[in-house]
Amino acid sequence: MLLIACPWCGPRDETEFRCGGEAHIARPKDPDALDDAAWADYLFMRRNPKGRHRERWVHAAGCRRWFNVERDTVSHVITAVYPMGKPPPGEGG
Amino acid sequence: MSQPFRGASGGRIERARQLSFTFDGRRYQGHAGDTLASALMANGVRIIARSQKYHRPRGILSAGAEEPNAVVQLGTGAGAEPNVRATEIELRDGLVAGSVNAWPSAAYDVGAVAGLLSPLLVAGFYYKTFMAPGGFWQSVYEPLIRRMAGLGRAPSGPDPDIYDHMHAHVDVLVAGGGPAGLAAAGAAARTGARVMLADEQTELGGSLLGGPRLIAGQPAPDWVAAMAGELAGCAEARILTRATVFGYYDHNWLGVLERRADRLGPSGTPGRSRERLWHVRAKQVVLATGAHERPLIFPGNDRPGVMLAGAAATYAHRYGVLAGRRAVIATNNDSAYGAALDLAAAGIQVLAIVDARWEAALKAHDTIQALGIERFAGAVIQGALGRRSVRGVRIVKLDGRGDAKEIACDLVLMSGGWSPAIHLFSQSGGRPAFDPGLGAFVPGVSHQAERSAGAAGGTMTLAGALGEGYAAGAKAAADAGFGDGRAPEAPHVDAEAGLGVAPLWPVPEPAGGSGQRGKAFVDFQADVTDADVRLAAREGFEAIEHMKRYTAAGLGTDQGKTGNVNAIALLSAALAKPIAAIGTTTFRPPYTPVAYGAMAGRNVGALLDPARVTPIHDWHASEGAVFEDVGQWKRPWYFPQGHEDMAGAVRRECLAVRNAVGVLDASTLGKIDIQGPDAGRFLDRVYTNLFSNLSLGRCRYGLMLKEDGMVMDDGVTTRLGPDHFLMTTTTGNAARVLDWLEEWLQTEWPELEVYCTSVTEQWATITIAGPKARDLLHDLAPDLALGKADFPFLAMREATVAGVPARVFRVSFTGEMSYEINVPASHGRGVWESVMAAGAAHGIAPFGTETMHVLRAEKGFIVVGHETDGTVTPLDLGMDWIVSKRKDFIGRRSLARADIIRPDRKQLVGLLPLDGQAVLPEGAQLVLEPRRAPPVPMIGHVTSSYWSATLGRGFALALVAGGRTRAGTVVYAPLESGIVAATITLPGFYDPDGHRLHD
Repeated sequence: MLLIACPWCGPRDETEFRCGGEAHIARPKDPDALDDAAWADYLFMRRNPKGRHRERWVHAAGCRRWFNVERDTVSHVITAVYPMGKPPPGEGG
Repeated sequence: MSQPFRGASGGRIERARQLSFTFDGRRYQGHAGDTLASALMANGVRIIARSQKYHRPRGILSAGAEEPNAVVQLGTGAGAEPNVRATEIELRDGLVAGSVNAWPSAAYDVGAVAGLLSPLLVAGFYYKTFMAPGGFWQSVYEPLIRRMAGLGRAPSGPDPDIYDHMHAHVDVLVAGGGPAGLAAAGAAARTGARVMLADEQTELGGSLLGGPRLIAGQPAPDWVAAMAGELAGCAEARILTRATVFGYYDHNWLGVLERRADRLGPSGTPGRSRERLWHVRAKQVVLATGAHERPLIFPGNDRPGVMLAGAAATYAHRYGVLAGRRAVIATNNDSAYGAALDLAAAGIQVLAIVDARWEAALKAHDTIQALGIERFAGAVIQGALGRRSVRGVRIVKLDGRGDAKEIACDLVLMSGGWSPAIHLFSQSGGRPAFDPGLGAFVPGVSHQAERSAGAAGGTMTLAGALGEGYAAGAKAAADAGFGDGRAPEAPHVDAEAGLGVAPLWPVPEPAGGSGQRGKAFVDFQADVTDADVRLAAREGFEAIEHMKRYTAAGLGTDQGKTGNVNAIALLSAALAKPIAAIGTTTFRPPYTPVAYGAMAGRNVGALLDPARVTPIHDWHASEGAVFEDVGQWKRPWYFPQGHEDMAGAVRRECLAVRNAVGVLDASTLGKIDIQGPDAGRFLDRVYTNLFSNLSLGRCRYGLMLKEDGMVMDDGVTTRLGPDHFLMTTTTGNAARVLDWLEEWLQTEWPELEVYCTSVTEQWATITIAGPKARDLLHDLAPDLALGKADFPFLAMREATVAGVPARVFRVSFTGEMSYEINVPASHGRGVWESVMAAGAAHGIAPFGTETMHVLRAEKGFIVVGHETDGTVTPLDLGMDWIVSKRKDFIGRRSLARADIIRPDRKQLVGLLPLDGQAVLPEGAQLVLEPRRAPPVPMIGHVTSSYWSATLGRGFALALVAGGRTRAGTVVYAPLESGIVAATITLPGFYDPDGHRLHD
């Protein structure tokens, strides 16, 4: 069971959270400008890396806030927790 | 004497306390402190079980958790527990146990004829033998195999016991209370760290309980008691005995199963939980789980009376039980010599040591000679003699010189070296490494914050275990932030030699052997022989994980604790590849089986899932309502009167609403209060239609899509103020919709200032519907103007209803004039009763969800989850009218995808069976040509179907491919009872122009 450091509540058991899938997928500003393939890419296509991955999580049974988590999908080591709207650590912005 | 194999003295049992128990229907005596295994052994019971495939008689192999053979059924009835290891069952007075894989008993087993079929039961037999003829697998082979291979019987009823879940956060968790674990826990606790020590046995000490060791010049149990006393004196230390660390999961989360009160004995206290499942989050873990002795592989190594040497020593020292009278010991290492001396001292006549090596540690050798024990060097057991019990061995020299020699004996002890119990280490994600010196896998690279100490780490001497234990405990505490990491000085113990293991895997076939040598077992529980492993290798199952699944080695409930390394070594030999290159299989939790009851804890029965009830629930119950589960809610389904059946009640309720007035408890509808300056803009984005232009005090029906364009939820939202809306959702989706709104606000549109609050339970909602609804509301709220212009359809008014401040929404789901009266939840019951009292003059009837469904279906109104299933768009439902073309919203772009605008998508239609009396079953598939040879293309399915009292006939809603262009077409539902024909219509059978709503 992962131990996730909620930025607002501190380290809590995984069962208090829900994973919202890959992070940093912004909704296109003008969906009409996208052809079907590009829209499908936004809708359906997700990375499934072996190793470092960025995900959105929500503290569903706690403060109900969303945030980003950088997690290794093999070792489950969490290397960073950072707020929504912020770039991943080390990638400026 | 009632216990012929109980020694006259010795052991840690309470000889004064005699206990009576039953095994396979026979009564025996034992003592407090016995396990079921030691008590059976004391009584001379040799056959405890039958093997899984061949039904061979099996006895006790080990003295602990690794036991593969002596697996029994405990108790009877609802309290029965299958698949328990006799070596771990604490004896209690009145205990009832039986064998699991034998009938009528382990001693006399009808299934033993399976042994005659053994040529058919080789590795992979599932895939080979039982192939033809077709259909025989399901009808004949599988039921037969299942009966033959039974591993116990399920309890006859719900578990009568209670189980608790406990949560602990510790600095250092120590798994195992032997010398290394005790030292580690003591060293860590001295720093003030919060320490938990968990040991699976009834008392601390581990291997020290099974031998005559001295620590600091005192008997080892004295040191154990001193350490336990010291730990008990530490405020932050907790000792759990009878507690197995069964699982090591991510981020140093471990599961510990603590056995507290056995259901079988009088000591079980009512109200006391039988087991506790501990959820432990540990900063640091010390694995001091010891090692398991390995069997040797020779023909007949599974005969009752053939067992592990260390186990026999444990039975002698801990339980005062002699495993036999005349023993031969087979070994490939020095530990067997110590066992030989122990057993000789305990009163077993040790006839010979058969050592596969030429050399042994000199000191051990001398002592053996002094005791007159014959030593065969460079020799192995070629086979054990006897069937139901061992009666001798045949010994041959490895170099083939000289004749085989037979020795009569009733006990054969195997010592094939020791395998560290690396199960928890492996579960933690650590990678094991092969240690050729030990001939075993040891912990390699760690993955989590753990360290191994003592035999679990491959250190097999007592001095080593103590030293490593103290060091590991001190370092673990320091890593958790306590102490300086320096280990306390370990007490003195006498020097010991190492094991000097010379790995010996399969016993070689002697030169000129006949080939008819009998079965040599690798995995006792799964009945896997050395020949099976070689066969798997020949047939291409060369990867260790493939071999495991093909032969089933390691797949038993014991997870191959004794057989794993031997199986890997055999595969290595068969493939001529080093063991390190073969690797080991991954151990998975649980280390030993965990009862479902313990996993469920208190979350059973009424506590499994919360039941949500409305403030009016008790009234419904007292009126005899039949309830329906909608999500976690209990909703009245229908209100039968007298001897009315469901159909009769629903017919009466429907007519009451259509002709007079009905009242529905709609309190379960999800209600979300939405406020903030951007609330209108936000709703424009989450609904397909516009809400920012909604006038104050007006209501609007809205449809919510997922981004893929599929309908997610619907409901009515009302503007309560310039920046204030009240959204309603379907009963089952309320929480999901709130999650959805919050997700978009926080992740995509944080610039919007909007606040969402669930107010579902703050309001009771009482819906009155029917042509008399207006008159009834007038009686309840005489000051409220109800004229068509004063209070139009889709408007909200605040008013005093039955003396209570209320919000009244004029909306309708039934097609009749309808008012949803919302009052604070605490007033719900009172207002409901006022509605019923005032409604009596108008012919009011309470109605349930079934009537609500019939009435809305007559109108052609959808229910999310009935007419939609996550693959249905608003266009499919013919609801283009609600899809705005003037703005973007979630899911809009998807509605223009090529697949979404296909004309042959399934579309919502009505169905009228040609036979007016027929009611189609929901879910029925629809076809155009029912009598065509299969496959018959299916063009749709029924989503809702009812008898309509208003129409006097059956009717349905359905999703049909290109349905809107098929109006008037006859489709067919092929049912078991016959084919039902129905005409496709537009959905909506009642008051299609909505006059009754708007009046």
